[in-house]
Amino acid sequence: MTRTCMLTAAVLVLASIGPASAAGPADAPPGAASCSGCHPAARVADTSMSRLIGGDPATIVTAMQGFKSGQLPGTVMGRIAKGFSDDEIKAIAAWYGAQKD
Amino acid sequence: MRQPTSRREFLKKAAAGASAALLPMPAIAQGAPGRVVVVGGGFAGATCARFIRRIDPRIDVTLVEASPTFTACPFSNNVIAGMRELRAQQFGYDKLANDRVTLAMSSASAVDAQARAVTLANNSRLPYDRLVLAPGIDIRWDALPGYTEAASERMPHAWRAGEQTLLLRRQLEAMEDGGTVVISAPANPFRCPPGPYERASLIAYYLKTKKPKSKLIVLDAKDAFSKQRLFQDAWKQLYPGLLEWVSLSTGGKVTSVDVPNMTLVTDFGRHKANVANVIPPQKAGRIAEAAGATDRTGWCPVDPVSFESKQQPNIHVIGDAAIMGAMPKSAFSANAQAKVCAAAVAKLIGGGKPDEPRLINTCYSLVAPDYGISVAGVYRPADGQLKDVEGAGGVSPADAPGAARVAEANFANGWFKTITEEVFG
Repeated sequence: MTRTCMLTAAVLVLASIGPASAAGPADAPPGAASCSGCHPAARVADTSMSRLIGGDPATIVTAMQGFKSGQLPGTVMGRIAKGFSDDEIKAIAAWYGAQKD
Repeated sequence: MRQPTSRREFLKKAAAGASAALLPMPAIAQGAPGRVVVVGGGFAGATCARFIRRIDPRIDVTLVEASPTFTACPFSNNVIAGMRELRAQQFGYDKLANDRVTLAMSSASAVDAQARAVTLANNSRLPYDRLVLAPGIDIRWDALPGYTEAASERMPHAWRAGEQTLLLRRQLEAMEDGGTVVISAPANPFRCPPGPYERASLIAYYLKTKKPKSKLIVLDAKDAFSKQRLFQDAWKQLYPGLLEWVSLSTGGKVTSVDVPNMTLVTDFGRHKANVANVIPPQKAGRIAEAAGATDRTGWCPVDPVSFESKQQPNIHVIGDAAIMGAMPKSAFSANAQAKVCAAAVAKLIGGGKPDEPRLINTCYSLVAPDYGISVAGVYRPADGQLKDVEGAGGVSPADAPGAARVAEANFANGWFKTITEEVFG
């Protein structure tokens, strides 16, 4: 029992001092890091741009697919979405969905 | 009364003991903590310093920056045209403490790549495992005859925001209606490819509204420029007869400046100006050259995955100073590169291999306060450099309705707030 606790605790400590764990900034899929240049991380930024952090992955995927196909009108997003495959879009959406404030 | 030890407290105590006892092991298993020095606190450097700390808090990061205040270039053309105050461009570094980035308020004077140490102007020495250089640009004072640092007090470049920005604004304000403003735009590559044309647009807006008898001439060392058709269509519509662009092939290249006579000289003639804005040829910031990271072009070739210098191992270069292939020298690019570089540096320090990145750039330009246009691109490493992802990217449509131009002007404003919040907030 004590041994199990010690091991669990050790793992917890290592996780907390190690690189940001799964779905943290260390694991951002290709392209994801660029988005926050426009899409604000915090609610304080006074902009009409949508927040991606903590967003619903399915909604993000639908929007990106809409921009990519041209069905969803936009300005720069159509030009950007065309640079990503369906799988890459899914990975970015899943990662943003897992981010917390 | 003393409470029995809870499970949570027990775990905490056990953890403290366990971590102390196991200390040598994680160092081997997860890679030893490292020391990173970042030189330059602009969009590239400040972002990179913060993100390395967020990705791996075990890494010590010191940001070397001489100025306590950063003055941003994007939107500084609005300051020149009297639509914005310089303080809206200025940011401090105090929030970087939230990520426990150590600040060294000094300038880097030398890099010893062999010994892996940076020497600062205050003579202190910072050892590093990896160095990130984000020095931005320096003006090439030897490239345009007559254009010296002293000359820039009469003919401002205003290509590094701050006092130069205000100087150009004051000159425009002091000019009488009916005067001639001349802008000289350099050959590629240079910081902010659409910048000279946004500046021309906003100065034209100022002249049209405040000094309508005046004239603006852009003398260009190029025959083509970023978002050219969009700019030229808008100029025809908004500033007919006021703004004239002279291309390289029609005699636009300025070959020297005659400061006492306020004249810009081309092979085809002399242009006398009441206000002259010389945007001169540029190169990577001085410390990049001192570190041996620049090539014959004056810029820094880098690996397109890690942004490690192709000339100096363990030194990464990001932002305007680096040669990034198809990616333009913009604040958005610098910020995006910085986050990719932070992940790569953390990986390399941990003994791993950086992932192949994908990067995005978006640059907005204002042709008038409520008229925005944009260029966007998506980039991936190919053949040793960053290349455009085919089928993606491009500029705003030429036939977009007015509402789209208003929307892009609003997005430009939102972008500036968001990116400066990420970098300095």
